[in-house]
Amino acid sequence: MNTQFLLQLLVNGLVVGTLYGVVAMSFVLIYKATQVVNFAQGELLLIGAWVCWTLLTKYQVPFWLGMPMTLVFMFAFGILIQVVILRPLVGEPVISVIMVTIALSAVFQAALKWIYGVNPQPFPRVFTSQSVTIGSLQIQTVYVMSLVVSVAMMIGMAWFFKVSKWGLAMRATAFNQQVAQSLGISVKTVFAMAWAISAMVSAVAGVVVAVVNGVSSGLSIYGIKVFPAVILGGLDSIGGAVVGGIIIGLLENFAQFIDSEYLHWGNLYEVAPFYVLIIILMIKPYGLFGTKDIERV
Amino acid sequence: MASPSLIPAGDFRSSYAVDTTIFPTKTSRNAAILGVVLICFAPQLLSEYWLSQLIMIGIYGIAALGLNILVGFTGQISIGHAAFFLFGAFTSAYISNNYPIPVFFSIPIAGVVTAIVGLIFGLPAARLKGLYLVIATLAAQYILLDFFSRADWFSGGSVPATAKAFSIFDHTLRGDRQYFYVVLAYVVASYLLVTNLMRSRDGRALVAVRDHYLSAEIMGINLTKYRTLSFGLAAFFAGIAGALYAHNQLVVSNEGFGIERSILFLAMVIIGGTGSIMGTLMGTAFVVLVPEAMEWISMELKGGVIDKALALNNNLTFLREIAIGLIIIAFLVFEPDGLAHRWRQIKTYWKLYPFSH
Repeated sequence: MNTQFLLQLLVNGLVVGTLYGVVAMSFVLIYKATQVVNFAQGELLLIGAWVCWTLLTKYQVPFWLGMPMTLVFMFAFGILIQVVILRPLVGEPVISVIMVTIALSAVFQAALKWIYGVNPQPFPRVFTSQSVTIGSLQIQTVYVMSLVVSVAMMIGMAWFFKVSKWGLAMRATAFNQQVAQSLGISVKTVFAMAWAISAMVSAVAGVVVAVVNGVSSGLSIYGIKVFPAVILGGLDSIGGAVVGGIIIGLLENFAQFIDSEYLHWGNLYEVAPFYVLIIILMIKPYGLFGTKDIERV
Repeated sequence: MASPSLIPAGDFRSSYAVDTTIFPTKTSRNAAILGVVLICFAPQLLSEYWLSQLIMIGIYGIAALGLNILVGFTGQISIGHAAFFLFGAFTSAYISNNYPIPVFFSIPIAGVVTAIVGLIFGLPAARLKGLYLVIATLAAQYILLDFFSRADWFSGGSVPATAKAFSIFDHTLRGDRQYFYVVLAYVVASYLLVTNLMRSRDGRALVAVRDHYLSAEIMGINLTKYRTLSFGLAAFFAGIAGALYAHNQLVVSNEGFGIERSILFLAMVIIGGTGSIMGTLMGTAFVVLVPEAMEWISMELKGGVIDKALALNNNLTFLREIAIGLIIIAFLVFEPDGLAHRWRQIKTYWKLYPFSH
């Protein structure tokens, strides 16, 4: 058994897993606040990455300025999607809302391919990349950066929901919309804010992935990998999303280890999360931390 | 969602038998029969190209019909329909290549096998609600496509699988002009079958599950049974359509059956009208013909200013996807009942003509 290789993969898994966690977190944010299952989460990630890439390469904006500009853009973009497309659908059946986000993801995916082409583009060097040696492991600094950013965002999110006024308003809305409204919370604004924040957080994750791997339409796979993560963690638990993301990231890389050492099936790591997804749906559909939906007539 | 068909004033139903006829009026029955008879002449009249488009509408129409049972009648969503379609295609090709079974029989067998696979993936969702089924079918899409790409014995792996031409015992049908009738027969049979299903106890149970599943359960409808059944039916029709597709194209490959294709099937159902059987066919025709229309528009604009600015011709595939996505969104926001509803409104408008208000 190749311990060195396994360790290396597990570190990769941790890094990718925290990124899944961040994306899953922004997915759960929208689901919790607005009851919308967002199939276009991966595309938000991709849009963020492409916008930042355009600013940095086409307009030669320095990174410290380009990143905030991307965030401002994504903030406005998130609000725009919510107001223009999802607001008219409030009160419609769940199916319609799901369908709209699926269609949105198709539109964004194709539009981005149209604008930027299908070839991956390297991201401009933001950090000088080198590898640090910890013990016997070689870890690239971008990975460390990615880990730090992800953890920082998770902490930021925790602070946002525990302390800030907006976060509390969102939690209240998620708990009961009518009661929240009667307490003076504007549910409309909360919905728009949830999308705006989710788009921003996704964009940060998108830029981080882009810095590590370059920008390509393949980035939107993060939006799909979110599903195993959130189902594992529980659809309406932000903490669960983070845990689920990390577990899925580790599992994926562990599957790759098993695959390359023993099974030799090839690309097992890509489908392994989906097998896990089916198994979880069969035995524990509400996930590790999700609230069980009890219905009363 | 599905609204009852608009029945002219004075048409009273005085028995259950009259209320549940397949065709609500005599005229509609005659019109349907006439339509089928007329379309029988299509192979003689249409060019090869338009005939192949018509066959595609028929094949996708069957798959979309299956999806409409799931989405429109039972109120569940599947975004793995393309994978089941492809599974049917591979199964039929595999059966007819490896066993001495003529293609005539391998198509229904492929439907049944696909239904069984559909049931396996539908099982976890049977006790869950729509949202979880969506995610389970998402997983099904990825798992099945991954299976096709690695199962060399079944699907040829990276090499496309070949399928035989349609044959009954020793008689082989050649070309689209003859194959058209096979597709037509399947379309008529499946549309009649589903219309018939919907006026039976099982069909009404499915609708009850969609409209209010708690009430349905209280009334003695077994939720698990009917959710699984509708999932199996959807997979069955996808399998049949896939098998028809395989023996039409004669080669089957993984290519182009990703999640985009599943979204396309959903688009057919939504554009046609969820819960409307004839609407499904309209929606399918719409979705199949949109690319044609777009090609035509881009040809018209070729060399013009807009074309140069946006590079339309080089990016037609992407534009098509964008158009389909935007059409789905527009239909959901502005016309959630789809083309079927619009069609009914046009009909009433003419029926009541100068006094339509």
